[in-house]
Amino acid sequence: MKTFFTELFKKANTGFWPIVIVLGILIVGSIGVYQSPRSLSAFLTLMLCPMMLYFLKINMKVKIFIGLLLIIVILPVLGIRNIFYLEVIFQMAVFAALALGLNIVIGMAGLLDLGYVAFYAVGAYAWAIFGSKQLSLLNSVPGAAPAGAEFSLAPTYFWLFLFLGVGLAAITGILLGLPVLRLRGDYLAIVTLGFGEVIRVLALNLDKPINLTNGPQGITPIQRPPLPPEFIMGPIRNLLTPIVGHVPTEAEFYNVFFYFLALIIIMIAILVATRLEDSRIGRAWTAIREDETAAIAMGIPLVKMKLAAFAAGASFAGGMGVLYAANRTFVSPETFSFLQSIGVLTMVILGGLGSIPGVIFGASAVVILNIQVLQNFSLYLSALRQSDAVIPIINFEWKNLSNQLDPAKYQKLVFGIILVVMMIFRPSGLIPAERRKRELVEDKE
Amino acid sequence: MALLQTTNVVKRFGGLVAVNKITFSVDEGRIVSIIGPNGAGKTTFFNSLTGIYRPEEGEILFKGNSLIGLRPDQVSARGMSRTFQNIRLFGSMTVIENILVGMHNQLHQSAIDTLFRSKKFHEEEKEAEAKARALMEYVGLKNVGNELARNLPYGGQRRIEIARALAANPTLLLLDEPTAGMNPNETADAIKLFRRIRDEKGVTILLIEHDMRVVMGISEHISVMDYGEKIAEGSPAEIRKNQRVIEAYLGREAASAKD
Repeated sequence: MKTFFTELFKKANTGFWPIVIVLGILIVGSIGVYQSPRSLSAFLTLMLCPMMLYFLKINMKVKIFIGLLLIIVILPVLGIRNIFYLEVIFQMAVFAALALGLNIVIGMAGLLDLGYVAFYAVGAYAWAIFGSKQLSLLNSVPGAAPAGAEFSLAPTYFWLFLFLGVGLAAITGILLGLPVLRLRGDYLAIVTLGFGEVIRVLALNLDKPINLTNGPQGITPIQRPPLPPEFIMGPIRNLLTPIVGHVPTEAEFYNVFFYFLALIIIMIAILVATRLEDSRIGRAWTAIREDETAAIAMGIPLVKMKLAAFAAGASFAGGMGVLYAANRTFVSPETFSFLQSIGVLTMVILGGLGSIPGVIFGASAVVILNIQVLQNFSLYLSALRQSDAVIPIINFEWKNLSNQLDPAKYQKLVFGIILVVMMIFRPSGLIPAERRKRELVEDKE
Repeated sequence: MALLQTTNVVKRFGGLVAVNKITFSVDEGRIVSIIGPNGAGKTTFFNSLTGIYRPEEGEILFKGNSLIGLRPDQVSARGMSRTFQNIRLFGSMTVIENILVGMHNQLHQSAIDTLFRSKKFHEEEKEAEAKARALMEYVGLKNVGNELARNLPYGGQRRIEIARALAANPTLLLLDEPTAGMNPNETADAIKLFRRIRDEKGVTILLIEHDMRVVMGISEHISVMDYGEKIAEGSPAEIRKNQRVIEAYLGREAASAKD
């Protein structure tokens, strides 16, 4: 069976087949999503396109062209028809960036960090506090906001905070790194887990003595960066109206806006991650992961490199945190629970520790599974519950099925199953990390 | 003046004195060995020299500067490079990458250079790669640059370790039982390689060894350790005749029975 598929893949990967397959999927997927914006299978078909684009052998220029066509034209247009897809892709990008950051810490440098989401919280709260009315509410009780409070900063400061969030998270990463430098493995995991909780509990309780985080109620509203001016938006709106079928609203434009912003950030994150990996710094991280004693004996300054790994990993999360706060216009401590850290870890392990394409795939797969597949399954079950259908043979009536059985609530179970199954059957992930092959000069001679 | 000079170095683990007042020196350009039975404290002494352990007492001077209190990476940066008794390669990195890690302190690309892929970065990487490849061939490995280090046979892994240590441009190369587990042919090749490293690259070599044939064949000066102490020192011929050395290796009775 396995050889059959590899043979099939080999056959599909020769001659003109790759381009035919990719274009076929692209067209079928696009039409499918355009016609029935709510169909999960149509969306999954469309998502197969970038994957095939990555795996199949196609001329690089053609690849980039199709990729850009998909990202810049097809997805936003389809997304305005069903805003939910842009939300899915936005979440994919956010979690892919988190997974890339965590991949630097765990995958490359081998430092097991279970409190990674704390850095995400640092970024999110940085913009939440300064980009909302919170600064003028410092002395008021949570929930009893006086009227007439003002936003403390103009929305354009968002751009500055995108960078500040990155820097702030990196500094937090170093602060966490300093005390845990001597720890390895399980001990490190426990301390970082605690650190993640500390940040969450701080967010929960820093409404007294001064109301910095507004406690469990969270901070809202948070400002969004302004959309581009009318002379750009006008033509785009006119262009899109006939294709989409209605005049796109500002909310829809904001979704497209954040979609592009997330994509730009994820592109930068991928670029930074790949460039770091293939350099003196990345090699030093991998060496530390493989054998600390040998690495330090080879002249690698352990302290500096570990702190660099914590800082670099954290900075990805910080940037995405700022973006997340602006996108949701709301942050609360609940978002930064331990389960989130485990979620990101699941993505990294599913995709492949240390593998950049792997963790992006892992993040996408887990996000789709979480907010689409499980959700759809829940809807399907509740539809069955309301019908008169009966399971044959055991004669079980669907309407007697317990309401507690709601797949959308089984996220934790799914994370757990993924982690265990991966560890048993494919510890190196679905797309395992590969070392870069260098050109063999000696073969040419 | 000696390249490496230790005076009364003591390293204790709880009540156990693993290295007891070792005074020892290595002159530049020589091949020097430390031998001794299992558990004599040879590797502990090595680890004290390279900064993995911090000796409780004594002084270690390398090129006239003290090494006490320096971290292993700082020791490495001063020109002392080592291999390990049980091979410690970076198994899931390629052979070339292993050697490139050894060059860590030779490379000066900053994070900015790395992120923006500056001209300096490309030039340095290219140069480093060429140098790594040359080192790989120097130790006698061909066409394995892209292999993962853990997939190489034992002898090959030993060679990579030496190449990796040489990549740091050392003045003193410490080899911890470099021929352990090798067959006689491989051992002979290894001895040739050590000589070449000394003669061609001018690197001083200090090795710990178990195999008497290797030690006697290559060393110009031998120190013998037993129970953490240095019990003898001299040329191979002198060591071979030394009564205390024979006792340490064969046991007292065997030594007297032989007489």
